[in-house]
Amino acid sequence: MIPAPFEYHRPSSLNEAIGLLKHHGAQAKVLSGGMSLLPTLKLRLGSFAHLVDINRIPGLDGIKEEGGFLHIGAMTRQSALERSDLIRKKYPILADAVPLIADPLVRNRGTVGGNVANGDPANDEPAIMIALGATLVARGPKGERTIAANKFYTDLYTTALAHDEILTEIRIPVPPAKSGGAYQKLKRKTGDYAAAAVAVQLALDAKGAIERCAIALTNAGPTPVEAGDAAKFLVGKVPDAKTIAEAAKLAAAKSNPSGDHRGSVEYKREMARVLAGRALQTALERAGRA
Amino acid sequence: MAKHKISVTVNGEAREAEVESRLLLVHLLREVFRMTGTHVGCDTSHCGACTVILDGSPVKSCTVLAVQADGSKITTVEGLEQGGKLHPVQEGFTEKHGLQCGFCTPGMMLSSVALLERNKNPSEQEIREAIAGNLCRCTGYVNIIKAVQYAAEKMR
Repeated sequence: MIPAPFEYHRPSSLNEAIGLLKHHGAQAKVLSGGMSLLPTLKLRLGSFAHLVDINRIPGLDGIKEEGGFLHIGAMTRQSALERSDLIRKKYPILADAVPLIADPLVRNRGTVGGNVANGDPANDEPAIMIALGATLVARGPKGERTIAANKFYTDLYTTALAHDEILTEIRIPVPPAKSGGAYQKLKRKTGDYAAAAVAVQLALDAKGAIERCAIALTNAGPTPVEAGDAAKFLVGKVPDAKTIAEAAKLAAAKSNPSGDHRGSVEYKREMARVLAGRALQTALERAGRA
Repeated sequence: MAKHKISVTVNGEAREAEVESRLLLVHLLREVFRMTGTHVGCDTSHCGACTVILDGSPVKSCTVLAVQADGSKITTVEGLEQGGKLHPVQEGFTEKHGLQCGFCTPGMMLSSVALLERNKNPSEQEIREAIAGNLCRCTGYVNIIKAVQYAAEKMR
């Protein structure tokens, strides 16, 4: 399959890239890893007259902790995240999730920024960034602005990014002591999207009560879904099995999936409940050990 | 639509081409360079038959634009044999019957070569994970794992 013709641009700076996006308007699309965009073009599900390849712009990749934040450059490949010792040690929610994204060959090209900015509710990292309380950094003609991950997704494949803005970085607050996170995903096979998946990030206080908690669901509606009721229910409680079960039920109530070849609406919602319970349990165990 | 002049190094040899923006890397290799060892399978980035090593990382060449590979080093299955001698991975696939129809084999071998360059002593689980993006409908993978283990031993 061959995409419809387009012009290819390879800017060497962010400003040049933003200029191209501004100039070509809605006809232009950013090409990062290309793992969603190129299949879309090949299958002719979408077409753009101009692709702006940001792969060669220096300074857009990298993983580092600085000033109380984990900074992940938008062009960081999934495989780099997967092999990062820092991620393995301190961000188990990402260490859980990344090996479950697509397959190793796709992860060698696919980027964190692409996964986050594409606006596909089946992508895993949007829910994770919401759970982690991440801030998304965007650059456009008017300069830089930041958007909270839980305010970023407005509709199916629609985000707060303007057509001439580029996601450059994801900033995640370094989790406090006694923190734990987990990502639980049900998929039928390697390379598949989630039938259901749940991201949890929480922190305990000195008495073992939940001090902070965020829960978000993947593929449970047109955007990633934040399960605020479930999180609010948990805060201030020393969790036991019954509390976790109740929170999982509250989280699943927020799930609004569509029925498809991955399962019926009822099945997916039930799986969201089961996975929320498991993710909470795992996150709590990790927080206890932290 | 403007064409782009690109230079790539394929299996150690410098090559140039003038390509349309939309030309896929797999088509550059097969149709422009006439190197047909890289296969087109599903053409939807699922099967991995088109796997090549691009600047050290195995990727699906049906989902990379040729123009994106400008300036890059590419290894295809044609580059594994050196001076008439099979690569240990190729030898492993022969010795351990790691193939039946052979369609997935070039991609399977390139994923394996990239794994062994990163990890000299992979566990069975690590081998299975490394080839998770390459589908084989004949072997059931058992002999492919043995082939990679054979190569790992040979390369140590």
